[in-house]
Amino acid sequence: MDKDRREGIKGMANPGRYGIERVAYWLMRITGLGLLFYFIGHIYETSSLLDGKAAWNSMLELTQTTEGHIFLTLVIGMCVFHTGNGIRLMIAQAGFGFGKPRRPDYPYTPSSLNMKNKLCIYVSIGLAALAMMYGLGVMYDV
Amino acid sequence: MTKGGALPKGFEMPSNIDSPSQSSSQEKYEEVKSSSKTITLRISKFNPEKDQRKAFHAFTVPYQRWTTVLDAILDVKSNQDHSIGVRYSCRQATCGSCGMIINGKPKLACFTKISELDSDVVTVEPMNNFPLIRDLAVGFERMFSTHKRMKPYIIREDSETNPGTKEFLQTPEDVEKYIQFSSCIKCGLCNSACPTMTTDSTFIGPQGLAQAYRYVADNRDQGKDERLRIIDEPHGIWRCHFAGSCSQVCPKGVDPAMGIQLLRGYLLGYRK
Repeated sequence: MDKDRREGIKGMANPGRYGIERVAYWLMRITGLGLLFYFIGHIYETSSLLDGKAAWNSMLELTQTTEGHIFLTLVIGMCVFHTGNGIRLMIAQAGFGFGKPRRPDYPYTPSSLNMKNKLCIYVSIGLAALAMMYGLGVMYDV
Repeated sequence: MTKGGALPKGFEMPSNIDSPSQSSSQEKYEEVKSSSKTITLRISKFNPEKDQRKAFHAFTVPYQRWTTVLDAILDVKSNQDHSIGVRYSCRQATCGSCGMIINGKPKLACFTKISELDSDVVTVEPMNNFPLIRDLAVGFERMFSTHKRMKPYIIREDSETNPGTKEFLQTPEDVEKYIQFSSCIKCGLCNSACPTMTTDSTFIGPQGLAQAYRYVADNRDQGKDERLRIIDEPHGIWRCHFAGSCSQVCPKGVDPAMGIQLLRGYLLGYRK
């Protein structure tokens, strides 16, 4: 057993215990990692151009399959959520968007977890879902 | 006060109340116990010096509407298992001793009523991200040393205790800037809930960072640059990702997440 009894990745990845802010934290990390892998894959994909037009076309064909469409849809969702939530975090982490410190009165409601922040998280998730639906519509010519 | 328990003139004992001679306190206790509901209290037991793995021991405990989790643990300790290791002191959310994981979330045992948990089974475990002493008691050495690193005192050249000086005056607005963060009781719940602390053993943590903000925001203090240098490190303030779990579990309304984000404003130049 770890001397400090740290929960490890399991504790970090458990999004269910602390409300929507913890879910947003978890999604932000997952989408960040997903986009990093996409970025690496994208460099590999575009590097096929060096092998000529045929290699490039065969690489593009991979995205024209059902699995390719699902993958690209996920990339769209990850991009939109990561951008929307990232803007919220940049504003919040500069110290804006949750008012001023004040004497706490019971029952304590933390200003940093206010409705503005929650709304931004829900909007980011909603926009990601809309963008994914739009992307699916374009890819399947609906 | 009248002698011998006699009532003052004009007062009569209601007929439906027993006199002390008719009902002993033990009988009353038994009466309360038999009339109350019960829960199953699962207590994590583990002694790092003896045991190989932690085990949950289940106890049936009577409770009333006002019974706290700490009351239930102490009931078990008094009547069923004397060996349970638990730390507590004030029983009124002031000392910060009885922090533990109650049904999966860090809470103060003395500040959590069983009736508000809305569950027939209450599971108590020691706080995460702290070294275990035994059963429900964890070690606070690292948190206290981090707290000390933040220089939790007013730093300035002169002193209000020197002869011929007056106290340093502050307006109510000046006090509002930091008073929220001075309510910290160092219970460690925020550090237990923090997702960064689950993996980073050298992260300062929300408790220490919120205390750094408390003194940086105090206009009597002149140690701002010193403190900002301490927290501006790879495992310092930049490892906070604003998950807000620390503020959600704080039993005193300190809102460490807010303090950390405001502190970042000083480092990024938005605040002076």
